[in-house]
Amino acid sequence: MFKIAISKGRIFKETLPLLAKADIFPLDDPERSRKLILDTNHTEIKLVIIRASDVPTYVEYGAAEMGVAGKDVLLEQGGEGIYEPLDLKIARCRLMVAGPPTPPLRRRLRIATKYVNTTQRYYLGKGEQVEIIKLYGSMELAPLVGLADRIVDVVDTGNTLRANGLLPLEHIADISSRIIVNKAAMKMRSPLIKKLLQQLKIAVEQMA
Amino acid sequence: MGEERWMLPAGVIEILPSEAQPLENLRRRLLDTYKSWGYELLITPLIEYLDTLLVKPGDTLDLQTFKLIDQLTGRMMGVRADMTPQVARIEARQLQKPVPTRLCYLDTVLHTRPSKFAGLRTPIQLGAELYGYQGIAGDVEIIQLMIETMQQAGIRDYQIDIGHLGVYQEFLNQFTPEVQNCLLDIIKRRAAAELPDLVKTHRITATHQTWLENLLNLSGDQSILIEAQDNLIGYQKTTQALKELTLLAEQLQNIPIHFDLAEYRGYQYHTGLTYGIYVPNHGRALIKGGRYDLGLQHIGRPQPATGFSTNLTLLAALAPPSPLKQRKIFAPANPDPQLSQEIARLRSEPDTTVICELPEISDLPPQLTKTEQAQIMGCQYELQWKGKCWEIVAIST
Repeated sequence: MFKIAISKGRIFKETLPLLAKADIFPLDDPERSRKLILDTNHTEIKLVIIRASDVPTYVEYGAAEMGVAGKDVLLEQGGEGIYEPLDLKIARCRLMVAGPPTPPLRRRLRIATKYVNTTQRYYLGKGEQVEIIKLYGSMELAPLVGLADRIVDVVDTGNTLRANGLLPLEHIADISSRIIVNKAAMKMRSPLIKKLLQQLKIAVEQMA
Repeated sequence: MGEERWMLPAGVIEILPSEAQPLENLRRRLLDTYKSWGYELLITPLIEYLDTLLVKPGDTLDLQTFKLIDQLTGRMMGVRADMTPQVARIEARQLQKPVPTRLCYLDTVLHTRPSKFAGLRTPIQLGAELYGYQGIAGDVEIIQLMIETMQQAGIRDYQIDIGHLGVYQEFLNQFTPEVQNCLLDIIKRRAAAELPDLVKTHRITATHQTWLENLLNLSGDQSILIEAQDNLIGYQKTTQALKELTLLAEQLQNIPIHFDLAEYRGYQYHTGLTYGIYVPNHGRALIKGGRYDLGLQHIGRPQPATGFSTNLTLLAALAPPSPLKQRKIFAPANPDPQLSQEIARLRSEPDTTVICELPEISDLPPQLTKTEQAQIMGCQYELQWKGKCWEIVAIST
């Protein structure tokens, strides 16, 4: 069996046309089916539906041979122990520092984010001491109620920021989804993986 | 304190008899195998002064080493986290033979942080090293011994992976340390997609980009070595490394090998050929080896060296369970000298255990019958007096 780990929603929707070019079609729709392992037109290949932030873990431990993960998740996880050979150039957005237009309340900034490691590295690189608060969602709320001075989050259109009176302030990284591969699988199933990567690479170039 | 009083520190394990025995059996088989190949056992110090224990301050090995102060001298000591540098030093300083030297070692090492895969801070490191021989035959022997190790463990589904750090060393050396780190990070993650960004920021040229893209693509069977000769041009060391890889491939014709020219090693002492054995569903090499040079500073003299090491705990955990063929016999408490004789005779037989009954000491009636006790102890047989002699009788379940 060859398992491809992928998260529901935007990444899944935008990956489908690329997989189709590599002649892989899921037989179920994850938005309607409750199945976590989807069959495809190849009996050997399955799609495993998991939370975006869990994709690198499944692939690193070899529970899935391949996966599609956002660069934001990979930066946060450290990118250790897996290969990321292909940029699918989908689900694009930016990882940014955002905040209200008013000056910060504290001398030592307090940052609310779910990207704790990435935020730490970013401010370390700037030589700035900050306090980081881990949140799991609705980051935009934190500066509005005085929980934090800034947030670090992915920004797509910027509509949510604007609606809450926040501005994008600093650009940390451009984000898109990458193909990630388990190290042992890359060595043990090299012909299949190489063929898949080649097909996906062509598909990405055609889409661009 | 409540129940947490009995918790072990993270990454520290106790191994119970049901696992300890198969692990010990495997340990003996492997050490016997290495002995039969001429690899002599060496026992390294559990703890020593940090200056001699570490290879390079601040490297991964340094971070993995537990440190404490010697109360006698005030000097800093470290608990071994990797025995390979210790063995190399002992070989160079104590043995110094004019012929190639083969050594093996097996012991618990201590890591400051648990490894991701076994989740262990106390792995049992097992390894074999060959010193004083520069040629490819040394690499062949070490790879064959790695294969033998897998066979002894009974693991059939595995892949040998071979790389060579010399393939991209000269290429990397032309850049500043900062760019080198960027490039190594890309090599480590095979992230070819990030190369165009480096070209945009003028840190590398388009020619360098193509060279690296070729490197990242060069993995597969022996045919990639020929491809590499056309695609990785311009560096003498690369040509030399490819020559060594081709030689090795010729010597290992009958073994399916995966070559990976972008293979990268975390521990910094490896210098040339690298070998790894991978198993499915385990994202890191189970056995790791390669050519290394710990240098004058660490071992006192330059010495060609190659070898491998693995984690016995992990190897035993991944090995298929082998049925224990041990025969366990329960002997009653009885002063008959003929019984003692029979017990002694049986104990000298291979794969035989005799457990003697301990006589009842309380006046209360026993909770369990003798047969029930014998069964809980795992006995399949018991000794019974049959008029003339003691006989082995199967315990009926």
